[in-house]
Amino acid sequence: MNFSRMWAMFTARNYEFFRDRAAFGWNFAFPFLIILGFGFIFGGREYQDFKVGLFPVEAGDEFFLKSSVPDAFQNGRYLEFIPFADLRSGEGKLRHQKIDILIDRNSPTHAYWINDSSPKGYIVEQLFLASFEKNEIRAEKQVVQGLQVRYIDWLFPGILAMNMMFSALWGVGYVVVRYRKNGTLKRLKATPLTALEYLSAQMFSRIFLLMFTLAVVWLGSDLIFHFQVLGSYAALAFVFFLGGLSLCAMGLVLAARGTSEEFASGILNFITWPMMFLSEVWFSMEGAPSWLQKLASFFPLTHLLTAARKIMNDGASLSEVSSECFIMTLVTILCLLLAAYLFSWNE
Amino acid sequence: MIHWYKDKDVLFSSVRSKYFIIHHRENMDPILEVSHLRKLYRQTEAVADVSFSVKEGVCLGLLGPNGAGKTTTMEMAEDIIQPNEGEILYQGHPRTNSFREEIGIQFQHTSLLNFLSVEETLQTFHKLFREPEDLNLLIQRCELGSLLKRRNDKLSGGQLQRLMLALALINKPRLVFLDEPSTGLDPQSRRNLWEIVLRIKEEGKTIILTTHSMEEAEYLCDEVAIMDQGRVIAWDSPKQLIQTYCQGAAFILPESAFRLDLDRLPFSWKQKDGQIILEITQIHEGLNTLLNLDVDLSGMSVHTPNLEDVFIHLTGKQLRD
Repeated sequence: MNFSRMWAMFTARNYEFFRDRAAFGWNFAFPFLIILGFGFIFGGREYQDFKVGLFPVEAGDEFFLKSSVPDAFQNGRYLEFIPFADLRSGEGKLRHQKIDILIDRNSPTHAYWINDSSPKGYIVEQLFLASFEKNEIRAEKQVVQGLQVRYIDWLFPGILAMNMMFSALWGVGYVVVRYRKNGTLKRLKATPLTALEYLSAQMFSRIFLLMFTLAVVWLGSDLIFHFQVLGSYAALAFVFFLGGLSLCAMGLVLAARGTSEEFASGILNFITWPMMFLSEVWFSMEGAPSWLQKLASFFPLTHLLTAARKIMNDGASLSEVSSECFIMTLVTILCLLLAAYLFSWNE
Repeated sequence: MIHWYKDKDVLFSSVRSKYFIIHHRENMDPILEVSHLRKLYRQTEAVADVSFSVKEGVCLGLLGPNGAGKTTTMEMAEDIIQPNEGEILYQGHPRTNSFREEIGIQFQHTSLLNFLSVEETLQTFHKLFREPEDLNLLIQRCELGSLLKRRNDKLSGGQLQRLMLALALINKPRLVFLDEPSTGLDPQSRRNLWEIVLRIKEEGKTIILTTHSMEEAEYLCDEVAIMDQGRVIAWDSPKQLIQTYCQGAAFILPESAFRLDLDRLPFSWKQKDGQIILEITQIHEGLNTLLNLDVDLSGMSVHTPNLEDVFIHLTGKQLRD
């Protein structure tokens, strides 16, 4: 690996991006417009149904509703029951008002938890209590505290990550295919530049631009919406950096051999659209079929968003998102090596 | 030009070194040897069986019509594409990673990074090599001084070819590949490019170029390999090729120049567009014969054979076909 050669390609690619004013402007305008639009459309509104968390529920237990929760409550309309493995995982959601009540399904005292600043929590609590027979033992109430995570606070990392995904996959994958088609790669092949050096330069150039865009869009959007970040900004930036790397590396694999821009477009759409819908950019996959959740776990975007939201909304530290960071690092290394192995300079 | 030497030792040393270069070139091993190359694209045989070698300091031209396999042969020699069969040796050995450091390539169809100026493009490529050429020298040699701040996509055809040539020379290559360097250029730009190539040649660099212009081949090349249908059908110096395959000349005269029965002429002849074309083996004798026959030579023109005639002789078709 020759870093001087890599640096030469890195700077050349940056010149190209910054001087292409249309593409450069759109990279900032697109996420900003989406955030602005969704911010005003949804404001602070949350989900319509009341969300009831039940624990402990073992993974794959489809009959978790057969519990000590009264039938009258289980059969209530506009209630969505969400299983949690333990109290801790449910409590976090309740604290941010992602669910409205949390119930211990095995508790003989019908223990339940409520966020005392949630109006929806108050209503669903009354429904829960009214569902008991008159002479039955009173349920044991516990209170947690925490401000609601606004939809825009939850959505914001999703939009940033989505923009990152499109920019990484199209900005790397599509551009490399175009370079192959017009002979730019062939010209570079006539030099000592190696595939790994070229691809690394492409990846790092794009990540530099992505982080720059991220910072500008973040600052601009924060002036309007005042986002809440409970964890550290440095940890958040690191997670976005890793996520960006893994997405760029994925783009390089797609670009390793393609010679047709039309075919590359098709493949990129095939990859980006499922990622956008299954990686929780717009809505939570909680309650989705387990096979779909498993499929989503193969996407680096899912891990980027999980980690970013944990840090931003739950105040998690880097060590608490280490598994997501590890997966993103692994995806980056594997994709980069695979891309270098498969890479072809010629048409 | 007169060279002044400090003393006779320096003079003798200079003479010895010049003698050595000439003598050495004749006896040296080839810098590049290509043997029995074959390249298939699916069912199409682009190159059937090509062999040639080139010695250091020589300019070899691969001459042939479009589709003859010149570019494919060139790209196999450059290590850009891999042959299906055959062997390529650089300085007597299979090519290694350092091959790219020692060759320069100007492709026929290529593109450069967008939105970069000529200067930035040169600087980018300059950093890709271990021992690059001095940029100022290169800019001067390829006449790019006034274009440094201009973007690549704003260059004219001739300017772009000069930039491409500069990129091919940026690593001080020993062996330079030029794939149809003057195609699409106007006559002035073409002549300008030829002069630059001649200067490169004078520096002792080995050049392999492809062309379908016999004028370019005659002007630049020491040796020419004529290709057709994926094969080398003749290979020698341009002069020798012409002497071997097309001796003599053609005298072209108006019909009115002859006051005698044409069948009395001791040459083969043909009539075309009101003109008589005589095929003459020995020019001097031919002239004497015509004078003796009292032919009016005032409207005569002489066509001496060139590489195109050699090509027609060998293949029965024109280079432009």
